[in-house]
Amino acid sequence: MKAIAYLKPVIFAAALIPAAALAYGVSLALVYGDTRHVGADPLDYITDQTGWWALTFLMIALCVTPIRRLTGWNAVIRLRRMLGLFSFFYALLHMLTWLVLLNFFDVDAMVKDVIKRPYITVGMATFLILSALAMTSNRFAVRVLGRKWQTLHRFVYVAAIGGVIHFWWLVKADITEPRRYAVILAVLLAFRVWWAVQKRSAKTRPAVA
Amino acid sequence: MLIKKAADIRSSEITPKSLYLRRREFIQASAAALVAAGCGTLAGDDVAAQGGGLTKLQNVKKGSAFNTTEKLNSYDDITSYNNFYEFGTDKGEPKQSSKNFKPRPWTIAVEGEVVKPATYQLEDFIKPYTLEERIYRMRCVEAWSMVIPWVGIPLADVIKHVQPTSRAKFVEFTTLLDPSRMPYQRSRVLDWPYVEGLRLDEAQHPLAILAVGLYGEVLPNQNGAPLRLVVPWKYGFKGIKSIVKMRLLEKQPVNTWQRMAPNEYGFYANVNPNVDHPRWSQAKETRLPGLFRNHPTQMFNGYDQVASLYSGLDLRKNF
Repeated sequence: MKAIAYLKPVIFAAALIPAAALAYGVSLALVYGDTRHVGADPLDYITDQTGWWALTFLMIALCVTPIRRLTGWNAVIRLRRMLGLFSFFYALLHMLTWLVLLNFFDVDAMVKDVIKRPYITVGMATFLILSALAMTSNRFAVRVLGRKWQTLHRFVYVAAIGGVIHFWWLVKADITEPRRYAVILAVLLAFRVWWAVQKRSAKTRPAVA
Repeated sequence: MLIKKAADIRSSEITPKSLYLRRREFIQASAAALVAAGCGTLAGDDVAAQGGGLTKLQNVKKGSAFNTTEKLNSYDDITSYNNFYEFGTDKGEPKQSSKNFKPRPWTIAVEGEVVKPATYQLEDFIKPYTLEERIYRMRCVEAWSMVIPWVGIPLADVIKHVQPTSRAKFVEFTTLLDPSRMPYQRSRVLDWPYVEGLRLDEAQHPLAILAVGLYGEVLPNQNGAPLRLVVPWKYGFKGIKSIVKMRLLEKQPVNTWQRMAPNEYGFYANVNPNVDHPRWSQAKETRLPGLFRNHPTQMFNGYDQVASLYSGLDLRKNF
């Protein structure tokens, strides 16, 4: 068996650790009033953690193609869908936190939130993109959508930019961490731009000659 | 041909009948626990039973009429969740990074429009006044709240003592500026030192105190040792910590957060459920350590007695 076949379940399990740790910490707080792991504001902690991991997994998923092209390790591509789906998984938890814990299904408050607050507008748009990508991540959708599939899944770049903007706009003053994500994303996107430019010049050259 | 037999259910996986019959009870109990955890607070005891092993404060007058009877937040919660950017922007950070901070000896300068400008040693500054316990709600601008048993001195008494001139209309407070002792002042997250201000009549309101203690002991470093402002009808950021200077002024000072983001943070910063922060609603709050943001926010944080200070003032504009 190839290395990737062993690696995949290991990464799958590892990707669940943050969720498990969060569930454990929140249970301790709920059952024993022990806020050691989640802090005095469990709601804030859950919101932060789920959002942070959604963005982090999105960045990791975007690393797959550069790793593949730079190292020539083609099998790594087999991790990409799973990593993307984990980003969606944490984004879904993040979104549910907002829906249930922050607003308790108060539709008016949520609609107002989405319309009035740019960082929530962007966050919601990002979540919708991730949902569309998650729903079309199966083989059936790939087959049915054909060439359109790739066009659709290029929206992952929009989602990543949206995620970073959402993070940037929500912090009160200390932009150290969102800036770090912006830099990482800029590098990851720069690869794509560079490759696109190369591809184009490779295509046009023979026509000139 | 081998026909596989379905795997038997192991006996360990079978729920005992007695438990099975009580399944509804179990589910109800779990649900009740969840609801209790979400609505109420999870921890907290009476003042006498808690503390952090710091120096006990003597001769503290108890039973203030301003005290709330709501359940107190635990000492642990109050001292491990702090917005004190001088010691880090993560609310869990100040507890650790302020550990070696030495709040004594400490001097406080009183300047500006006063008859007797002077610099006091902390002990001399506090000495003329009676220490009082004040159990107040604390509402953070970030939409969470706690109930905190402070020990402090009425700010009005201090102001009377330093004798403002007739020109004095405002009070400005300044936090210590010393990056060697407050490590995060090396960053440029805020425009250091932290500055806050009150209108003179606000500062003279009997609810306003300068706190020197928590849970009957001296103030822990992460809560603003040795001396901080507490104005319970305003958002928490007005409660400037580790004060080294008090200046009486003719003109309205500009407080740090207002300078940072004037569209988000004003000079008044009165708790107001009807005026949202541009980025989030202020209608509700999370009463820590609750799991839901379901606690309705009250006008002036429930301290209606300050309303007369603002009659005729448009609180939407003067947020």
